[in-house]
Amino acid sequence: MTVHTEIPLLEIEGLCTSYFTRAGEIPAVVDFSLTMQAGESVGLVGESGCGKSTVAMAIMQYLGNNGDIVNGSIRFKGRDLKALSKSELQQVRGSEIAMIYQEPMAALNPSLTISAQLTEVPIVHEGVSQSEATARAVDMLNSVRLPDPERVLAAYPHQLSGGQQQRVVIAMALLGKPSLLLLDEPTTALDVTVEASIVSLIADISREFGTAQLYISHNMGLILETCERVCVMYSGEAVEIGAVQDVFRHPTHPYTQGLFGCIPLPSCDKNARPLVPIRGQLPLPHERPSGCFFGPRCDSFRENLCDQSLIPMMQSDRTRHFVRCVRWRDVPGERQVGEVKRKAPAEIGEEVLRADGLQKYYPVYDRSLAALLSGRSVRYVKANEALSFGARVRETVAIVGESGCGKSTFAKVLMGLETATGGELLFAGDDISNSPVRERSPKQLGSLQIVFQNPNDTLNPSHTIGGQIGRVIRKFGVESEPQKIRDRVYELLDTVKLPRDFYKRRPRQLSGGQKQRIGIARAFAGNPKMVIADEPISALDVSVAAAVTELLMDIQQEHGTTLLFISHDLSVVHYLADRIVVMYLGQIMERGTTEEIFAPPYHPYTEALLSAVPIADLNVRKREIVLEGVVPSALNPPKGCFFATRCPHRIGPICDEEPPPFREASSRHVITCHIPLEELRDVEPVFQQVDVATE
Amino acid sequence: MAHSVDTRGTVSSTLWRVFGSFKLLRESWVGMIGTGIIVFWAVVAVLAPLIAPFEPNATLQPFARPFSDYAAGDGVFWLGTDHLGRDILSRIIWGSRTVLFYAPLATASAYLVGILMGVAAGYFRGRIDEFLSFLANVILSFPVLVLYILVITTIGSSGINIIIAITFASAPGIMRIVRGLVLDLRNRDYVAAAQTRGESPWYIMLVEILPNARGPLIVDACLRLGYVVITIGVLGFLGLGLPPPDPDWGGMINETRSMALAFPSMTVIPCIAISSLVLGFNLIADGLREISMRD
Repeated sequence: MTVHTEIPLLEIEGLCTSYFTRAGEIPAVVDFSLTMQAGESVGLVGESGCGKSTVAMAIMQYLGNNGDIVNGSIRFKGRDLKALSKSELQQVRGSEIAMIYQEPMAALNPSLTISAQLTEVPIVHEGVSQSEATARAVDMLNSVRLPDPERVLAAYPHQLSGGQQQRVVIAMALLGKPSLLLLDEPTTALDVTVEASIVSLIADISREFGTAQLYISHNMGLILETCERVCVMYSGEAVEIGAVQDVFRHPTHPYTQGLFGCIPLPSCDKNARPLVPIRGQLPLPHERPSGCFFGPRCDSFRENLCDQSLIPMMQSDRTRHFVRCVRWRDVPGERQVGEVKRKAPAEIGEEVLRADGLQKYYPVYDRSLAALLSGRSVRYVKANEALSFGARVRETVAIVGESGCGKSTFAKVLMGLETATGGELLFAGDDISNSPVRERSPKQLGSLQIVFQNPNDTLNPSHTIGGQIGRVIRKFGVESEPQKIRDRVYELLDTVKLPRDFYKRRPRQLSGGQKQRIGIARAFAGNPKMVIADEPISALDVSVAAAVTELLMDIQQEHGTTLLFISHDLSVVHYLADRIVVMYLGQIMERGTTEEIFAPPYHPYTEALLSAVPIADLNVRKREIVLEGVVPSALNPPKGCFFATRCPHRIGPICDEEPPPFREASSRHVITCHIPLEELRDVEPVFQQVDVATE
Repeated sequence: MAHSVDTRGTVSSTLWRVFGSFKLLRESWVGMIGTGIIVFWAVVAVLAPLIAPFEPNATLQPFARPFSDYAAGDGVFWLGTDHLGRDILSRIIWGSRTVLFYAPLATASAYLVGILMGVAAGYFRGRIDEFLSFLANVILSFPVLVLYILVITTIGSSGINIIIAITFASAPGIMRIVRGLVLDLRNRDYVAAAQTRGESPWYIMLVEILPNARGPLIVDACLRLGYVVITIGVLGFLGLGLPPPDPDWGGMINETRSMALAFPSMTVIPCIAISSLVLGFNLIADGLREISMRD
């Protein structure tokens, strides 16, 4: 446990910050108090716009031109940061408090070598010699587990992968020997397996260097893996602060409880225990209700009690556990959900989609003289190689894999935005692998639609919502009379649970979740047989994502549609998919039902992916597998098994030389691996349910 | 008739843009001044027959200084007369009609061509893009002035030909801007959504993509209007503008430049007229940019 010293490392008391805009003063953080001891790691969670980054910026005294601390104090090692002069602040920033941002590429200067950027820190802050600084940089790169530090030092940022860049940024932050490290979503821009390795590094830092950490994240699972204490924020306020054990086991504030209801934990099930979204929306900073900011969305709201004055933080029964709720004693321990809406599992019908040996190659032309002479002027990126799988009526099939694994390319081929290089793709009996979108009939187009990832990009900002959905209806020949089209648009708006007056609105008047609902309405406008959802919730906040997920599944159920769900997030996939296809470098590594994928026998890559998923559940114990190395280039993949270069279970040269066989564990469960099934079966499961006695 | 209708059309849409919304009024005083100048000239052009004290082409009294009285009749030469005895104020007033008619028309025509080329190049890419970009580069590699002289001397000087020459010289620049914007916008998901519902390429280009490029294009159009005013002045100065004797600001400078030292007002006044109009358009562009940056 943490050593409690006389003076806390960081003491924030009653912090209020505001941004001053043309529209007036916008309070971003209201009455925020937090005390951190030396070496302690505290997590700061909340949805976007809750003020968590503003807190970090306020600690750095770096709120920009229009931001200011209106009230409260921030004391660092007993000194008031607000009272420091510019040069004193300079000394504190970087050498005592360091910050790590989400985008590593934005933190590194692309025109300087890593060496120049790393050695600068000790040279500027401590005035050491160049050689001493280089020696320290090498040591530090070793401590952040970057292999071959000499090579890294000579490299420019773009020559490193995203994970390596983030390690360099962490090394840079640690070189100043800070006593406080602020991490603002340090892994959000990274792939899951890379994230897992960075997170395990971050978790070790405070042990190794005694550095206190303020870890900002929207992901409860990551907080559980890295922090000792957690602070939950909502609409500019801290609503609950306490030890991770206490908050995760006994969430007390209704908002914290609501958040847990929105996270697809392994114990959730789409039929028996569905997600419970929090109703309503996050209030805008200038429209916050009086009294409790969460009041209008809270099930335990009491008039004349919760809506009176600002609610102070209150100490609960547990030590160092505070809740901003007047009714915390009366709020039921577990969130009460009227009656649990049990849903009947879908009846799976016949096959609608069958991919058979599907290939998609992109040619890359090399126009150099050497390439022309050697006759190798065209090379191919094998974005999809020998994809074979099927999807049935009412089934939800998920394609999972990290960025660059070819899942989006497959979606493009399916939609006809690209044509396949080889193989067959049967949709409702027709081979569509070679028919581009312009050659498809309106009926074919309407029966295969897509929901896009980015809510801000999915709708045309220049046209009204009604116009955009109406156009789809006309195009697919569902209706042709203006009045009927309008009625149908209204029906679709009802289906996605949005008010009808959205018809005349433009996309900029909508929130992210609402835009995504419109995207769903548009996809279902032509009564599709199959809908592809390409990461439809990955850009949304937890509570919004839960609502959109539930909506998507309800409509799918209603329409009897097949859903092809493309995602990198295994916890969501575990929650909603019937069957899963795991892809790596354009190939299918493993496919099977969700239960089969989540239990041995695993493909070694699946095993690593599962272990990388952050789980916000104290009752699940996870086996840690950290993948080394980087994903090979798709231009030049390994000769044998594509995963062989990073595989922790490599059995020998056969993995590098020969393509692995398809091993059928059951009729629809296939693993592409050289390791015999019996051995794969003997592997210990990645997740284990443990029942830690509840105190 | 057609003159005033078109002039008013463009100006009033600009007016609507800046005056129509009270917010914009308050927000950029630079844009406000620009709009004020343009509105002033627009009113002058529209009311020319009513406010011009004399016939613009009538030879009355040569070399009259500003504020001198008309000896042979009623009235004052507020800005003097030129070497042929024509009232400069009246010629400036009538000359504003030429500029405010041809400048927006030529700009619109250049935009029409430039947008079509740019959208096609950016959306289709490949061979079409290579061909159009090559064409644009060839035209852009010519000195603009040589290009104007070349075009106008080949096809002769008339109002239409001024428009053609300006279109020819400006469309490649506009094409490049549009192409760049389209290259970015074509990767948006809503474009993919339009493709997956089977829309035709021209529908996607003009209805889905183009409206979203309007912000930067409107700012550019205002700046370009200013350049076109200068171009029309230069063409008039070179004798490539409208045939005499109709009043034309550039032509006025050209006709009187040999007497500029003795009678500076004859040359300086049309120069000020041109500059003020250009300044007006540039200030509007600055104002619009300022507003768009803030939101």
